[in-house]
Amino acid sequence: MSATTTETGTSFVPAAETLGAVLAPGARPPRPGALSASMTFGWRAMLKIKHVPEQLFDVTAFPIMMTLMFTYLFGGALAGSPTEYLQFLLPGIMVTSVVMITMYTGVEVNKDIEKGVFDRFRTLPIWRPSTMVGYLLGDMFRYTMAATVILVVGLVLGFRPQGGVVGVVAAIVLLVAFSFAFSWVWTMFGLLLRSEKSVMGISMLVLFPLTFLSNVYVDPATMPGWLQAFVGINPISHLVTAARSLMAGAADTGEITWVLVSGAVCVAVFGALTMRLYNRR
Amino acid sequence: MRDRTTDLAIETSGLVKIFGKNRAVDGLDLRVPAGTVYGVLGPNGAGKTTAVKMLATLLRPDGGEARVFGHDVLREPDAVRARVSLTGQYASVDEEMTGTENLVLLGRLLGHRKAAARDRAALLLEAFGLTDAAARQVKTYSGGMRRRLDIAASILNTPDLLFLDEPTTGLDPRSRNQVWDIVRIVVAHGTTVLLTTQYLDEADRLAGRIAVVDHGRVIAEGTPGELKSSVGAGMVHVRLRDPAQRPAAERVLAGELGTAVHLEADPVALTARVAAGDADAGAERASRALGSLAAAGIVVDDFSLGQPSLDEAFLALTGAGERAEEHGGGRAGGRGGEHGSAPADRPADGPGRPAGHRSHETHETHHDTHETYETRETTV
Repeated sequence: MSATTTETGTSFVPAAETLGAVLAPGARPPRPGALSASMTFGWRAMLKIKHVPEQLFDVTAFPIMMTLMFTYLFGGALAGSPTEYLQFLLPGIMVTSVVMITMYTGVEVNKDIEKGVFDRFRTLPIWRPSTMVGYLLGDMFRYTMAATVILVVGLVLGFRPQGGVVGVVAAIVLLVAFSFAFSWVWTMFGLLLRSEKSVMGISMLVLFPLTFLSNVYVDPATMPGWLQAFVGINPISHLVTAARSLMAGAADTGEITWVLVSGAVCVAVFGALTMRLYNRR
Repeated sequence: MRDRTTDLAIETSGLVKIFGKNRAVDGLDLRVPAGTVYGVLGPNGAGKTTAVKMLATLLRPDGGEARVFGHDVLREPDAVRARVSLTGQYASVDEEMTGTENLVLLGRLLGHRKAAARDRAALLLEAFGLTDAAARQVKTYSGGMRRRLDIAASILNTPDLLFLDEPTTGLDPRSRNQVWDIVRIVVAHGTTVLLTTQYLDEADRLAGRIAVVDHGRVIAEGTPGELKSSVGAGMVHVRLRDPAQRPAAERVLAGELGTAVHLEADPVALTARVAAGDADAGAERASRALGSLAAAGIVVDDFSLGQPSLDEAFLALTGAGERAEEHGGGRAGGRGGEHGSAPADRPADGPGRPAGHRSHETHETHHDTHETYETRETTV
């Protein structure tokens, strides 16, 4: 009765033998552990990058543009020359670019959650947060890539960090770790908001003040007092100070600790809220 | 293997889910025996998808209880998840990934090692006729291929209970047949299948038992046969050559069949429901009626006794049938003859008969259901 068409290639008759072979009750393997499930979802994120390489545009072109724009726009006026300004700006612009990219996590989650495949993931007997952790593992790759691109552009333009390879790598590791923690804010919004556009909107609303009202571009000493107060508590300022200190070869342990603690708080608060929303959907 | 036939795969009592002011599921009671295909049949917005989502641990019930193989969906969600699998109404596969990648991903998530997951993916793709498309992104697949991959993903670990939420909605007839064949094979291997559908035809062909759901509640339950006979033993359809003889024919039929005779909008057509109960007695009465019509000199072009279709049963149970009758023409009026793919039921219509009012045997009416219930359910 089935597949009586003459079209070749698309006609398929389900055969009891072949299907039966697949259905034969074999031993079900034990459920994967938290790490294994998270890594598998991380693999999924990497596959998505492989299939849609255009999305890497955000982590290459955008950071290059930011670096060039601000170096040459402000360099002469603020530090006498673009090269001198770059020594001050580069760690900050690296932080800004990577933190800006974190918002795509929320957009991705929001796009995916509407699709049926999420229902399937949610019916699997796996560690619940692994789906979200998987996204963030893929995103960490993107963050690392963006940071590397900026570093290379900086080096070409004349950035000469005193901290050497170790200092620069340590700064990038700190930045990527903080971004991973900070991204839980966006997974929460990705699950909470109705559309991709609203996720973008909220992200901009949070990220612009957070990155611009900081010590990335100029010394806060020139700012009015109330603004200095905000810049002082802005986690981005602390991250920038920490990254600068590492790249300069004079690690500021106080600032680094501050960054690590604020990251842990982000995971605890927004990670918990994300999972609450994930389980409630 | 343990005896599954005596167990209940699903047992719900008074299950409730409320969205705002809408009671999507409103006191649902289901008892699904293990090892069978169980159909949940209902129109758009009846609460079918919501019910499935609660049973698959995707939504939290607002009231009542639900157990899957004895495990409470709220208290032991992981025990439920370990035994069920869901093929949602919208394809539950990743569009941007290839067929192989989708299945390997799922295999890994179900605990298979890399090599085992790859082997299993290849085996499934072959069994579902997707080997040629294995390396292609799913977004290039046709609807039928996507649905097959979806089901392949669902049976990757041979679940004890498979939820199929409107598995054939939007598929062409060939793909639909393929899905039906797959479902039969899957259930033959011991997996219980809960099938939601708005196609009466589908439930009739696949399901051992059917729950008819409307407004979030079960309004009838039984085998397809029981549901049909609860509506009546059958319908007699008569077409005359001469419309002037219809009053006479009506009198003869009413006398022989002992029931009210319905005059169709078509001036030569009459229908009568044969009294519920014994089907043989109904057939005997119908043949006597045919004889009496001939004896009275009434020329009959067409005379048929049909089993009521599940379609009629459904309309009668949900109350939609009465509404359709009131609009004149009854069953023929609303959904009749204009459906192109239905088998040509009768010889050419005579002159003077309105188009779209050809009679047809009741067991053929399932072809019309696709037309009647085409829009997709949008609950949740």
